[in-house]
Amino acid sequence: MQQITMGQAIQQALSEEMRRDPGIFIAGEGVGKSIHESPVMPTYGLLKEFGPGRVKDTPVSEAAIAGLAVGASVMGLRPVVEIMFNPFFTIASDQIVNHAAKLRYLSGGKSTFPLVVRIKTGAGIGAGCQHSHNLEAWVAHCPGLKVVMPGTPADAKGLLKSAIRDDNPVIFIEDMMLNFVPGQVPEEDYTIPIGVADIKKPGKDVTVVTWSKMLGVALKAAAQLSKEGIEIEIVDLRTLVPLDKETILQSVRKTGRLVVLHEATRTGGFGGEIAALVAEEAFGTLKAPIKRVAAPDIPVPFSPPLEQFYIPNEEQLIQAVKSIIG
Amino acid sequence: MNNQKKFELYKNMLLTRRFEEKLTELCKIEGKIPGMMILCTGQEAVAAGVCGALEIDDVIITNHRSHGHLIAKGANLKELMAEIYGKRTGCNKGKSGTLHLAVPEVNALCTTTVVGGGIPIAVGTAFAQQYKKQNQITVCFLGNGSTDEGSFHEALNMAALWNLPLITIIENNVYAGAQRTEEITRVKDLADRAVSYGIPGEIVDGNDAIAVYEATVNARARCLAGEGPILLECKTYRWRGHGEADHQVYQPKDEIAAWMSRCPIKKLQEELLQEQLLSEQDILNIEAEIVKEVESAVQFAEESPWPAPQEALEDVFV
Ligand SMILES: Cc1ncc(C[n+]2csc(CCOP(=O)(O)OP(=O)(O)O)c2C)c(N)n1
Repeated sequence: MQQITMGQAIQQALSEEMRRDPGIFIAGEGVGKSIHESPVMPTYGLLKEFGPGRVKDTPVSEAAIAGLAVGASVMGLRPVVEIMFNPFFTIASDQIVNHAAKLRYLSGGKSTFPLVVRIKTGAGIGAGCQHSHNLEAWVAHCPGLKVVMPGTPADAKGLLKSAIRDDNPVIFIEDMMLNFVPGQVPEEDYTIPIGVADIKKPGKDVTVVTWSKMLGVALKAAAQLSKEGIEIEIVDLRTLVPLDKETILQSVRKTGRLVVLHEATRTGGFGGEIAALVAEEAFGTLKAPIKRVAAPDIPVPFSPPLEQFYIPNEEQLIQAVKSIIG
Repeated sequence: MNNQKKFELYKNMLLTRRFEEKLTELCKIEGKIPGMMILCTGQEAVAAGVCGALEIDDVIITNHRSHGHLIAKGANLKELMAEIYGKRTGCNKGKSGTLHLAVPEVNALCTTTVVGGGIPIAVGTAFAQQYKKQNQITVCFLGNGSTDEGSFHEALNMAALWNLPLITIIENNVYAGAQRTEEITRVKDLADRAVSYGIPGEIVDGNDAIAVYEATVNARARCLAGEGPILLECKTYRWRGHGEADHQVYQPKDEIAAWMSRCPIKKLQEELLQEQLLSEQDILNIEAEIVKEVESAVQFAEESPWPAPQEALEDVFV
């Protein structure tokens, strides 16, 4: 095992996969020559190792970057393209939403689009709402896209490898703050299947379903609740699409209670989907109403006290958990 | 061009320079200024020259490198500084920070950090000016990198088609992120892009405030005469990195030095001295006045209160 950050884990996944398969190339703004010449950056060192033929620094052109991935993938290459910040996905979205997601279907299943779009996301960087906006529910709402949002370095590495080897378009969303959080990552080649959730902490009292950076918040809350004799079970989705319904339902059947925790804003967030799933398929086992802990319905503000207010925290999760334990 | 104007351009550039030097200093203090800090140091002549040619009612739409534009347009320095600090007294109550500063009071209606995101909005403001038969124009400030976005092409084509009163300023500062212009486009002069929209494209020395001013005066007159948009490519250079956290490893040291020796402020200062419009003593006086102005903006920001967390919920809807 090695102790590395998510950025480094992603770097390892990229370089190991590129060594394995010459059909893989990466493209994006500054994926080669970067203003951040730092080993914690996910594409650090790749230009040096693989050269400008496979590490393509692009103009500031998100629509073209996304289209590049669509066209190159249907030709049998395996593009891994980067959209610098989640809000700029809106510019790439025509190619991804209207094309990548739909073209396999439109070809009657004849064409495949083995592409990965890596997107940085998350509040907490003090850059305001045009750099920080969690839009996973948008992509999850488009049939034809797989959506992955890892919460640990080890998951990121194994899931990115699976995403690259997958024959479908995969949207791989990385929380920026996690780039600085170290974790244990296996040295050997391994993959983690897309569509399988992970129980990061077992518990009997309340199921907490979460993903990405909010996993850390859930773990902190769990430690505090434990001291008071409350054991939450943390289900880390890791993948939103396809959704591991069974793991969620099994956990809720055991605990009888559900809180969904995500950083994205509340209304229309993916938490609503989880709540609906449980209401439809495990209603009888519920001992209390389902709760959601999410950001308020506002753009991410800049000022530190405002930004902190925006980001869901342990205290809110603890309150939500306690509110449904009689 | 009258002497008063030259004087004004000089003071504006100096104010921007000292304001940003202060920010560079503040960024070194851990925890003082949150988030990214993107400066226009070295590019002041474009901001001062363009905005010096505008009336207060003219609209500007600007980008992530906006301090110079906003100062030259007449934004309140204290409120700018307080916003950069994230304080409640900031021009945007701490919602925007340095990257999205909006100062509607001086018709700086939008600072966008979405590269290329400003120009379609500028089409809208210019359309409104034409529609309402206002005797005003819109200026959109863009970096060289933004001309690679689809939005740039769509917007300019529509502006040209409808003869909108829009001046597009491309501040070609040689870089977009770590990429040099020649690494991301085969067009040598970005002014040439104008050809494909059927509008004029001019190259301007972006380190010469007077040249920028005069080009803008002419462009503005053209817009007001109903002759449609124009594109001005101002060739300049960014002295600092993409942000203050960027150590500029990709920028050759001698290239930076060569451009620094062509400092736009020094250039105008020498001209003013030569023409005896300014004495050495005047320079000292102006300098002292400006340093005081910047210091009091910092003091204002330092002493201002933080917004209360709950204020995050305000200002979403009217
Ligand atoms: C749509 C979009 N893509 C990417 C970015 C990230 N980014 C911020 S500034 C920048 C470079 C912009 O270069 P340029 O337009 O030349 O302006 P400059 O920074 O040189 O003034 C990039 C890629 C962004 N802010 N918006």
